[in-house]
Amino acid sequence: MRSRAVVREMRGAYAFVERNVNLIKRYWGWELVWLIYSLTNALAITYIGEGMGAISGQEIDTQYVVTYLLVGALIWQYLSVIFYAISEMIAWERWEGTIEYTFMAPVSRPTHLVGTTLFAIGYGIVRTLVILGIVAFFFKLDLSEANLFGAVLMLLAGSVSFVGLGIWAAVLPLLYPERGAQMTNAVAAILLLISGVYYPIETLPNWLQPIAKASPATYVIKGMRACLIEGQGARSLLPTIGLLIAIGFAVIVTGLVLFRYVESYAKRAGRLKRSG
Amino acid sequence: MCTRALEVERVRKVFTRKEKLPKGERGFRKRFKKEEVVALKEIDLQVTKGEVFGVLGPNGSGKSTLIRLASTLLLPDSGALRIFGHDVEHDPFAVKRLINRVSVDAAFFKKFSPIENLMYAARLYGMPPSEARPKMQEIMKRLGLKESTFTQPMEHMSRGMQQKVAVARGFLTSPILLLLDEPTTGLDPHSKRDVQAFVREIRQTHDATVLLTTHDMEEADRLCDRIAIIDDGKIVALDTPEGLKALVPSQNGDKTTMEDVFITLTGHSFEDAEAEEVDA
Repeated sequence: MRSRAVVREMRGAYAFVERNVNLIKRYWGWELVWLIYSLTNALAITYIGEGMGAISGQEIDTQYVVTYLLVGALIWQYLSVIFYAISEMIAWERWEGTIEYTFMAPVSRPTHLVGTTLFAIGYGIVRTLVILGIVAFFFKLDLSEANLFGAVLMLLAGSVSFVGLGIWAAVLPLLYPERGAQMTNAVAAILLLISGVYYPIETLPNWLQPIAKASPATYVIKGMRACLIEGQGARSLLPTIGLLIAIGFAVIVTGLVLFRYVESYAKRAGRLKRSG
Repeated sequence: MCTRALEVERVRKVFTRKEKLPKGERGFRKRFKKEEVVALKEIDLQVTKGEVFGVLGPNGSGKSTLIRLASTLLLPDSGALRIFGHDVEHDPFAVKRLINRVSVDAAFFKKFSPIENLMYAARLYGMPPSEARPKMQEIMKRLGLKESTFTQPMEHMSRGMQQKVAVARGFLTSPILLLLDEPTTGLDPHSKRDVQAFVREIRQTHDATVLLTTHDMEEADRLCDRIAIIDDGKIVALDTPEGLKALVPSQNGDKTTMEDVFITLTGHSFEDAEAEEVDA
């Protein structure tokens, strides 16, 4: 009986994986545009590093700056894919008008989330590898010192917290049928600003630095640079990985509680209705 | 199993609308006013297992609110709804496994094919693809959809064909309570008959209970065992089609129709109700 329930939940989770894969196939034109946008963005930012010496007129370690920016750009690319895939789990249903049918189905929200997360991680990895493959033609990325095992651990730990942040952001399209999806862009932009993606957080104004320290992306990106550029060992990264998992767990649990509360509010206020 | 498919006990549902105040009345803090709309006014209703129960009423009378409440998509402000003994608010998962709904707006992933859309629905209900695939094809064929359309994007299909896929999605999971919210609105007469015949067939073969809202008086008369007429959030009459017709005296010696009953009891003409629906 219990195993039947597990199989049913697994089928439910797979529904979201298959749905998202089908969405990519059907909207491949958008995917291509989005990929070109992300790629040119990563290239443009990395070229700032390449041209830093010419801009400042001073001799600088260009290779280090390029690698520093490129790692930031690629990791942010991966984390933002996770964030958007989770936060859009409701937005897609709003756009297509299917939200009532999905919410009426006997699928729990954690199952909904597991399916969306599995897709998001797979999609994020594939997309980031494609961008990395193309970027490698433009820049020499020196990863000879890299601790790749540590980097994978760090990335997985960082994914957990971004799943949680995605759940928090997914609440917005539930609350605000028309503007909710756009609001998630603002959340992503703030995370990009404060998390030291392209510069150390010490560059930020003093009042912004405590907020930067609260962002899990700050630790993922710092940890990834430590692994990929400095080749720091997995053992020395354990405190950061532990911190990321703890933040991720807290953000996911509070996100699910918040989502449940907002779903109940939406059902009370009639906000699930297709037209909003 | 409980023989009462649906029990509605003193259910009240109020929606709050926020409206912008006129420019002269707007203050620095106060820019909106809240207006309460009472959709259902403490209604009571019981639907027996195996029954086709119709709900007729003009647009805005509370029909769709009732269906959404039974679908777990809305929560009542007071009162209780039970489906086969399970409380909709406190035991929604048990309810969700017993029901499915077809609404007037055929909502789908428009770039997906009918097969992809129905497979998504089947997986959400825990159906294995080996069981779902032949069943969805059988239902779509039975509803008159050509096999060549099964793999075409839904956006290339007519409104009537999309609505038939919506009906197939509703029946695919073999719900024992089927909630049909104006399922034949906008369908051509032939498609309408296909859907109506299928509802009758499903009821006989699967022993399903059907809660049907419609603006089609003839459809309600033909399909329903009992009909509730709802107006302004209240049930104004509830009986068998014959019982309702007996409430209204015949005019000019003609037989009383459901349309006569509707106009007499709600004060709305059938055309008004349809026009309001189109405007909405």
